[in-house]
Amino acid sequence: MTGKNLGKIKGFSIQFLPYSEIRSLDSTQRIKKILNIVLGNNILLLQGRLEPDEEARLIGDTMAMIGHLKHFKGIELAVISGGSEGVFGRMRMGLVNAIAGGDIGAVTIIGPATIVKEIKRNPKKIELLLKK
Amino acid sequence: MVANKLKNFFKNIFSNLFSQKRELKLGFYGPPNAGKTSLANRICKDFTGEEIGTVSKIPHETRSVQFKEKVEISYKGKSMTFKIVDTPGIATKIDYEDFLKYRMKKADAKIRAKEATQGVVESIRWLDDMDVVVIVLDGTQNPYNQVNITIIGNLVARNIPVLIVANKMDLRKTHIKKIEAAFPEYDVVGISAKYGKNLEEFYESIFKLAKKVR
Repeated sequence: MTGKNLGKIKGFSIQFLPYSEIRSLDSTQRIKKILNIVLGNNILLLQGRLEPDEEARLIGDTMAMIGHLKHFKGIELAVISGGSEGVFGRMRMGLVNAIAGGDIGAVTIIGPATIVKEIKRNPKKIELLLKK
Repeated sequence: MVANKLKNFFKNIFSNLFSQKRELKLGFYGPPNAGKTSLANRICKDFTGEEIGTVSKIPHETRSVQFKEKVEISYKGKSMTFKIVDTPGIATKIDYEDFLKYRMKKADAKIRAKEATQGVVESIRWLDDMDVVVIVLDGTQNPYNQVNITIIGNLVARNIPVLIVANKMDLRKTHIKKIEAAFPEYDVVGISAKYGKNLEEFYESIFKLAKKVR
């Protein structure tokens, strides 16, 4: 894992990762894959979301990297969930998620703090504020 | 996660067998500068006469977990003993340059940032050890912050009862309704840790919450 592209913004890309790319990975591999993308100066749009303990681990691993990788100051992270209305809607969504092996109705946005200033989140809207 | 559940299961059996009145670990979690230490100080001062830590306007003042044992909270004739655990604020980014705005020297800011990152890791590690958790939120800030959602998600996964506190109710910008709307499944108590406002409702909620500990 390198942070050689971090620092002054010369450009960035938005990378989409379908859930199928991480479904079969264990937690360590998932986090490593995500951080590799983010450290390449990319904003990651991940279909689905991580498990709560994986999210906590992602934050912990991020913290452990600050100070060890030049220019790396952490990440901005937000999850927007599809959320279904009513009992039957939730049951249907639960079934779909069980078959898919994860919450594929959600979208996770992760970007390096050197590029993403803030992710403003409302229940059903995400605003990505970038650094100048 | 399975290992955590098994650990909690055996911990609860053990404590129920050998202790009639055990000390519950009451953790204070949340983002930096929400008022975790102010609230923990208020409780400790009220029931032990001593504070737990220092508070500051500069974020990440608490950079390691600090605790006070055998804090007996008495309220309306009821009494419970807690180990108060005050944790460093959890963040996803820490930049030493943010501390320079508070007229801190560069070298000190770098040290503070390094300690703060270690504090976040320590806070996360302590999640497994809590019996009851109070999430302290700054009522003036947007509650839809992923850190808050991640902490709550982890507590739910570990079956740890949660109370949400909307702090800084003394400020006009505070909107408790926003926090209630963000977390409709949880009790939200509005307080001012700085001025000790509405702590009666807070203690009442803590006693209710403690009863949920299995």
